[in-house]
Amino acid sequence: MRAEAFSRPIRRELIAAWGFLARNVHLTKRYWGWELVWFAYSLTSSLAVAYIGLGTERLAGGGVDGQALTLYLLVGTLVWSYLSQIFYVISEMVAWERWEGTIEYTFMAPSSRLTHLVGTSLFAVIYGIGRTLLILAAAAAFFRLPLAGAHLPAAGLWLLVGSVSFVGFGILAGVMPLLFPERGVQMTNVLAALLLLISGVYYPVEVLPGWMQLLARGSPATYVIQGMRGAILAGEGLDQMARPLALLALGGVGMILVGTWAFSLAERYAKRTGRLKRSG
Amino acid sequence: MYALSAESLEKRFRKGKGKLIWALRKVSFSVARGEIYGILGPNGSGKSTLVRILATLLIPDGGRAWVLGYDVVRQPKQVRALIHRVSTEAAFFKKLSPLENLLYGARLYGLSGRVVGRRARGLLAELGIPPDRQRRPMEQLSRGQQQKVAVARALLQPPPVLLLDEPTTGLDPRSKREVQELVLGLRREKGTTILLTTHDMEEADRICDRVGILDEGRLVAEGAPWKLKQRVKTDGRPVSMEDVFFALTGKEWEDES
Ligand SMILES: Nc1ncnc2c1ncn2[C@@H]1O[C@H](COP(=O)(O)OP(=O)(O)OP(=O)(O)O)[C@@H](O)[C@H]1O
Ligand SMILES: [Mg+2]
Repeated sequence: MRAEAFSRPIRRELIAAWGFLARNVHLTKRYWGWELVWFAYSLTSSLAVAYIGLGTERLAGGGVDGQALTLYLLVGTLVWSYLSQIFYVISEMVAWERWEGTIEYTFMAPSSRLTHLVGTSLFAVIYGIGRTLLILAAAAAFFRLPLAGAHLPAAGLWLLVGSVSFVGFGILAGVMPLLFPERGVQMTNVLAALLLLISGVYYPVEVLPGWMQLLARGSPATYVIQGMRGAILAGEGLDQMARPLALLALGGVGMILVGTWAFSLAERYAKRTGRLKRSG
Repeated sequence: MYALSAESLEKRFRKGKGKLIWALRKVSFSVARGEIYGILGPNGSGKSTLVRILATLLIPDGGRAWVLGYDVVRQPKQVRALIHRVSTEAAFFKKLSPLENLLYGARLYGLSGRVVGRRARGLLAELGIPPDRQRRPMEQLSRGQQQKVAVARALLQPPPVLLLDEPTTGLDPRSKREVQELVLGLRREKGTTILLTTHDMEEADRICDRVGILDEGRLVAEGAPWKLKQRVKTDGRPVSMEDVFFALTGKEWEDES
């Protein structure tokens, strides 16, 4: 009896988390046309960036290892595509439901907000990994990638741990559509663009002005991308990266906690001011 | 204990620069268990605002409200487990099918897919949504059909308290009756408490035990439909709920009490 009283609420939250995940799977299936367009767009823009590597070798006339640079850029663009994917899926959670009109029904359900966020994040991570692997496979057909020295398990670990921070970032950004029904989504776009600029996705952060480098230190993407490059280009293994990985994980968990807390404050504010929904 | 009660509920919204709109002013009422309580009132009188506060979707600026003894502001999680709401606008993922939408909705309440699938198909069929329609995107259904899916969503696992915000608006006379019968049946079989807002005076007269009339955010009258009718004078002609509505929300009304 007591065990059941304990396990029932947990079971309920698990079902709810699965509900969010399954809903997004259904939506992805129904919007498959968009998915295709979006995939083609990501692939072409990744290729366009990667060719800069071979192009630079040609322009510089030797002295530049074009293939290594291509790989350097490809890691950047793929990691960014993955992380920004997670960021967008989560941060647009509110905006999308507001657009569909379902937001009040989701917020009225007894499942906890954490479950809501976890369910959505799980989908974002699984979806992001699948999508990024597909882009990688497609892109690999265009280049001879010098992957022989790469430490792939370490790379995977970096990506996974990095996901945690981006889930946190996404939740934090998801607060904006809650506070600003009209402009919230644009604001998350600005935030994403800013992260892209400062995190050294296509260049070492050292080329940035000093104050931007300072900002870069606050961005989890900086560490994920550096770590990935270390693993893939320099073959760095776990012994070299245990400490930074642990720090990244810790920062990620902190970010999720802060994000969830901010989200709950914003939810309260939205319910005070009637911002969840206007009509009806 | 009442199924629903409110004490001096107040809600205001900010419109533009510093302009305040009072959506609810000191609204107090209570609904007994198993009662069907109707809320009537002109557009913008605060009906949906009241329903949203009870559904934990809006936080009042003053006063308190309880659902089966749980405070809607302080114990929202407990309240949410006890209520469901149907509103006029069909709030669904438009590209998902009715079944997919119901599956999603029900899982948030901890119902597993297996249980839901069977129940949802039966309930939708009962409401006149044929099986082939149940699997096609919502956007291909008519407004009335979407409204029925909205009713089905709330009834998959009938909660002790149902908040129905104009559930029959936009339905044809037959569908309206079907939904009304469903509501009456729920009360009869499960003792469900129902708060219902409507612009259909006949509906209020037919299914509500008591109605409250909101006007500019104030509860201006309350009572059984037949009692309210007694308060309205017509010159010998039978009184309808419509007369009551005009009398109580119009300016010519003079309070006798
Ligand atoms: N989220 C909101 N933000 C700002 N104003 C709001 C909000 N919700 C309601 N209002 C205002 O509060 C008042 C009451 O609105 P409400 O929707 O409760 O009326 P209603 O009785 O349900 O009307 P209707 O019969 O048209 O559905 C209206 O003046 C409305 O404009
Ligand atoms: Mg309304």
